[in-house]
Amino acid sequence: MSAGGAQGRVSAAGAQSQVSAGSAQGGMSADGLRARILKRFAAAPESAPFHLDIEIEAQPGVTVLYGPSGSGKTLTLECIAGFTAPDSGRILLHDRILFDAESGVNLRPQERSCGYVFQNYALFPHMTLRENLAFAAYDLARLERHRRLAEQLERFKLTGLAGRYPHELSGGQKQRGSIARALISNPRIILLDEPGRGLDAELRADLYALVGELKQTLSVPVLLVTHDPEECFALADDVYIYEGGRVLHRGSPGDLLRNPVNSAVAELLGGFTILEGEVVSIDPEKQISRLKLDGVEIEGPHLRGCFRGDRITLCTRPEELSVRTEPGPNRLRRELRRIIARPQFIRADFGSDLAVDVPREQWRACEEAAKKAGWWIEIPSASLRQIAGRRAGD
Amino acid sequence: MGIDWFPLWLSLEVATAATAISLLLGIGLAWLLANKNFRGKDVLDAITTLPLALPPTVLGYYLLIAIGRASWIGRVWEKITGAPLVFTWRAAVIAAALHAIPLLVKSSRAALENVDRAYERAARSLGASEWRLFWRVSIPLARRPIAAATALAFARSLGDFGTTLMIAGDIPGRTQTAAIAIYDAAESGNTLVARTLVIVISILTAAIVYFANRLEARRAA
Repeated sequence: MSAGGAQGRVSAAGAQSQVSAGSAQGGMSADGLRARILKRFAAAPESAPFHLDIEIEAQPGVTVLYGPSGSGKTLTLECIAGFTAPDSGRILLHDRILFDAESGVNLRPQERSCGYVFQNYALFPHMTLRENLAFAAYDLARLERHRRLAEQLERFKLTGLAGRYPHELSGGQKQRGSIARALISNPRIILLDEPGRGLDAELRADLYALVGELKQTLSVPVLLVTHDPEECFALADDVYIYEGGRVLHRGSPGDLLRNPVNSAVAELLGGFTILEGEVVSIDPEKQISRLKLDGVEIEGPHLRGCFRGDRITLCTRPEELSVRTEPGPNRLRRELRRIIARPQFIRADFGSDLAVDVPREQWRACEEAAKKAGWWIEIPSASLRQIAGRRAGD
Repeated sequence: MGIDWFPLWLSLEVATAATAISLLLGIGLAWLLANKNFRGKDVLDAITTLPLALPPTVLGYYLLIAIGRASWIGRVWEKITGAPLVFTWRAAVIAAALHAIPLLVKSSRAALENVDRAYERAARSLGASEWRLFWRVSIPLARRPIAAATALAFARSLGDFGTTLMIAGDIPGRTQTAAIAIYDAAESGNTLVARTLVIVISILTAAIVYFANRLEARRAA
């Protein structure tokens, strides 16, 4: 066992010159994580074949792996932590090679310095919180261990709970405990697997604050897996969108909201309205276009590189649209399907993904007027952004 | 004529020694079968189960060949200790342990395999060696079913008859265990001795089984 580990270290050191050469070429710092992971799972009686094929990098700050369950996000974390070996690829963390299929390097999880926070926290149930932390601080000298334990317990507001067993702690306390445990030995990357799962709104807010604080105080990458768009946008500096074992897109949260690039990404993020239309004319002079949506001609933004007759996909967001009760330019006639009451606004759902957020104080008057005259949806020209269609995104 | 309690004490001593040996070997084998993949794993699995299925006399016959005075184990033993291994209380320990090991391997392996993998992964990721993982995480988390299996193994060791008779014999005051003493007493019409030993062994075994079941039940709760 130990011989294999030592061998891994030697070859990792030997390959280091390659790493720095590679990063100089790419113009990237040797800081952070870079991973290229390929892993195949053959079809099993209970599951379809799955093929993970991704390439990601993570700098200090929070990088979110976002996507539906079963898209390979957690598997990516497991490969990085060393719980599962990829079939091929390479994983670099700072200046170290954790895995390299070509040279046969595959460090054991013990040697990878990954702070892994598990979905169910995985606090050892037969140990108190203090013992759990001490387990992780085993390699430190006695005095240093005491100092570090006290410091971590204090930092995560767990000092008074140190003598309790995991089953005597609340969900939020368990989570803080598991993060504290993962941080004890100064990991070089933090891997958080669905940290907000099963937490109520208040604890979720605490979690966001905690991760935000980690980001400020630690200079290591934080890789966070989630399928919750709220969590993604609350925490991410950088987002990878996963689907079916592949990265569909990478971008900052702001970019993704402004321009989700293609309809697959927009669908995965949710909250977008996607419209299919046809270009009627383009007027570069006025920087506008005329578009036909569902047989209605409206004014749209200038569409670079489009021609008359092109089929295009556009996206917009419910808060950018408004409801009207009389016809007018850029208005579509629709029937109201249902309404979803939210604390600050009413979401009026007109079916086929077309929804409009209406401020609560306007809603009653609108509803009255619409009873007689019917509903129109106004689509401001500036709210329409062209994205690639589903087919093009695949 | 008073009752000779020697067979009962001998049985308790033999069972204790056999349980200790089978606990060590059983947990080692269980760890191997639960964690490692190697050639011949299935064969090893089958061999450890065999004593449960084979007739005790068949097992005893094999043991006579393996550790008898003519075998190399028997010869080496005799050279070192100056006395043969067969037809001593030590042979009775071997016979009892051989029956106890499969019980311990089966239960301990299942218990180790049932430990949530997230705990093992967490321990490794936190830098724990495989050794520390095993003693500080896996074994404590599997302790109840292993303790229950140990209790059953003890009960099983207490009552071995066929194999013990084959390799340890029936020497009163030396290798005559309770199970064999009961047989002798019943055969020779010594009802008092037979009944007394039967009752004591029954109560003891029932208590152990009850204890083992409670351990299992608390794990399930």
